[in-house]
Amino acid sequence: MAFRGITKLFVTQTRFSQLSTLSYKRLTDNDVEILSKIVEGSIITNTDDLETYNTDWMRRCNAKSKLVLKPNSTQKVSQILSYCNQERIAVVPQGGNTGLVGGGVPMDSNEIILSLSKMNKVIEFEPSLGVLTCEAGCVLENLDRYLEKFGHCVPLDLGAKGSCQIGGNVSTNAGGLRLLRYGSLRGNVLGIEAVLADGTIIDCMSSLRKDNTGYDIKQLFIGSEGTLGVITKIALLAPIKPAYKNVAMFSCHTYEDLLQALSLAKSRLGEIVSALEFIDYEAMLVVNQHLDLKCPISLAPFFFFIETSGSNQEHDRQKLDEYLEEVYGKALVTDGTVAEDSSKAAYIWGLRERQVEAGVRVGWIYKYDLSLPLNCLYELVQETRKRCKGLASYTVSYGHLGDSNLHLNVYNTHYTQELKDTIEPFVFEWTASRGGSISAEHGMGFDKAKYIYFSKQKESVEIMRQLKRRFDPNGILNPNKTVLLDDSKCIRPPPIGKYNH
Amino acid sequence: MSRRILVGCKRVIDYAVKIRVKPDKTGVVTEGVKHSMNPFDEIALEEAIRLKEKKIASEIVVVSCGPSQCQETLRTALAMGADRGIHVEVPNPEYEGLQPLAVARILQRLSEREKIDIVILGKQAIDDDCNQTGQILSGMLDWPIGTFVSKVEVEGERINLTREIDGGLEEISVGIPCVITADLRLNEPRYATLPNIMKAKKKKLDVCKPGDLGVDITPRLIVVSVEEPPVREAGVKVEDAQSLFDVLKKEGHFN
Repeated sequence: MAFRGITKLFVTQTRFSQLSTLSYKRLTDNDVEILSKIVEGSIITNTDDLETYNTDWMRRCNAKSKLVLKPNSTQKVSQILSYCNQERIAVVPQGGNTGLVGGGVPMDSNEIILSLSKMNKVIEFEPSLGVLTCEAGCVLENLDRYLEKFGHCVPLDLGAKGSCQIGGNVSTNAGGLRLLRYGSLRGNVLGIEAVLADGTIIDCMSSLRKDNTGYDIKQLFIGSEGTLGVITKIALLAPIKPAYKNVAMFSCHTYEDLLQALSLAKSRLGEIVSALEFIDYEAMLVVNQHLDLKCPISLAPFFFFIETSGSNQEHDRQKLDEYLEEVYGKALVTDGTVAEDSSKAAYIWGLRERQVEAGVRVGWIYKYDLSLPLNCLYELVQETRKRCKGLASYTVSYGHLGDSNLHLNVYNTHYTQELKDTIEPFVFEWTASRGGSISAEHGMGFDKAKYIYFSKQKESVEIMRQLKRRFDPNGILNPNKTVLLDDSKCIRPPPIGKYNH
Repeated sequence: MSRRILVGCKRVIDYAVKIRVKPDKTGVVTEGVKHSMNPFDEIALEEAIRLKEKKIASEIVVVSCGPSQCQETLRTALAMGADRGIHVEVPNPEYEGLQPLAVARILQRLSEREKIDIVILGKQAIDDDCNQTGQILSGMLDWPIGTFVSKVEVEGERINLTREIDGGLEEISVGIPCVITADLRLNEPRYATLPNIMKAKKKKLDVCKPGDLGVDITPRLIVVSVEEPPVREAGVKVEDAQSLFDVLKKEGHFN
């Protein structure tokens, strides 16, 4: 993905009020030599080459790490961490570097990057069980292609699939378009091998569908964003690839119509639905204007997309046709179309999947990924749009409506603190007051770590800190991210509902 | 002066599907595989609809030959804007032997029966790549034909056609009745939208057999075998010019 001409934002130290006072070692030439020997020279120290590792997917570069290590085995990862733990060198584990909350890039130039890219072997696929065993650095799309030969597929799909790695997906408990159908990674990951900060290798690898023996430690690594351990191997349940897909898109005049059409889709299409997504009018405008994608149906305030996946083309198509007739007959939709071939299906999905690509072309993106009750979800979009009027180029919304997950983005030609302060903490406070999640699937990373009290209560956060201290006593793994050890860095939500501190 | 247009809509394996050859090498796997309308036929249909919108044509008849699933293809065509459909039923396994000569004969009989003025077909189907049906049909009907057409302009009783040829673009003028085969850049087919999808359910779809039209569809060409292209082998890197020479010599490139 090349974004030439879009300037990078170098975030200054003043924005780093949340950086802890924990001190890490200044990397010495000796350290570099020793670490280099462990990975047999598979390192990056050249400034130009380091740029892509230090810059996140949103083109932000917060700090310039001087060293990237690329081990090709769990043993090497263990040796690296053991050394870094002993020397108190901070380590940022990195997969495909497609994260959206600054979780995979360094925040200080003394942090080193531990890239899993070279650990990209598929170990085996067991067709009778449908279990894929592979190393953490495998690119998601490559795994999908590999599984296609066996008639299987990966249980998740997201826009970054061409670059993201399964280790990163698991570390962030990535969601995506197919969560509606296959559930979250927490259910699909059957086994994990991870390395702790001190080099201990934790082997929870298993292809067993059911295993209730003791506490399920691997669940701790899932979604911990590299702060409890570095995932090196994964055993993943790979569902059978559906033979037939249908993609349809519809337009709705009101949010209420949209919700009703959605509810009908779930009840009428039930077991064959594999994705339910929406975008609003302004989101459609952005892809029209910045990616030159025309809307194939008449414009309206809301659009939604349905994908069905099944084993019988006629059966699925018939159900979809009946659904079309019903929503049209009840005037819940104003227009719609069904993709009759793959190129039309890809085009229609592009209107949803390429949202961020379009946003990047506007300039700067303020990104919010929230779980909210469906009935009030769109109110937040309207209020945010009102607040940002005159300050931002666009306020768009889209997302996994089937999962109650809103992606609320504000785009502007350039970053301004005024706009940031207009949106935050308003969006988080609004979400917290409705009992929602301030990060539905993107994780906390660096950007949202200080807002944890907006969605989690104090006692839970205390246990998280205890776990962090137990797993990583020297705090070398991805410092200042996800769960902040320094409570004073966390922002308190205004006292509302059950979140009283 | 409203014309009747006939458009052929072939149901083919979707272009995005990974094609696999059957183990007995008689053809490719079609069972359980996604099918859709031949992209060039879609373009042909789109052009017909545009002519109707310009009031140059008053009726569009779409035809598809093959098993029962062809009716889905016809429904799609009706949803895009065709007026009625004709399904010429050819069940499997006879369908595997249906070739351009027989299809052209079927289209000829239908063009005569339905009093067609203009036949628009896709330039070729993406499954067999024959690129023959339009040409054979024009011979059978003794109508002029423009192939690989990228632009259609009706001027009274004549049609100006722009053809894509190796050297560039050729402009010809044909009278009506005529046959036109559509190339990629002729137009961008529309999406069938809901109101039209609903209207299409009420449109007429007739079924007939090749025998009803007096056509014998026995294949004249027999497929001997279908094989996958040879697997591309990895290249070899050599250190210097001498090694390169040695390798080339060993492989017999210098005689």
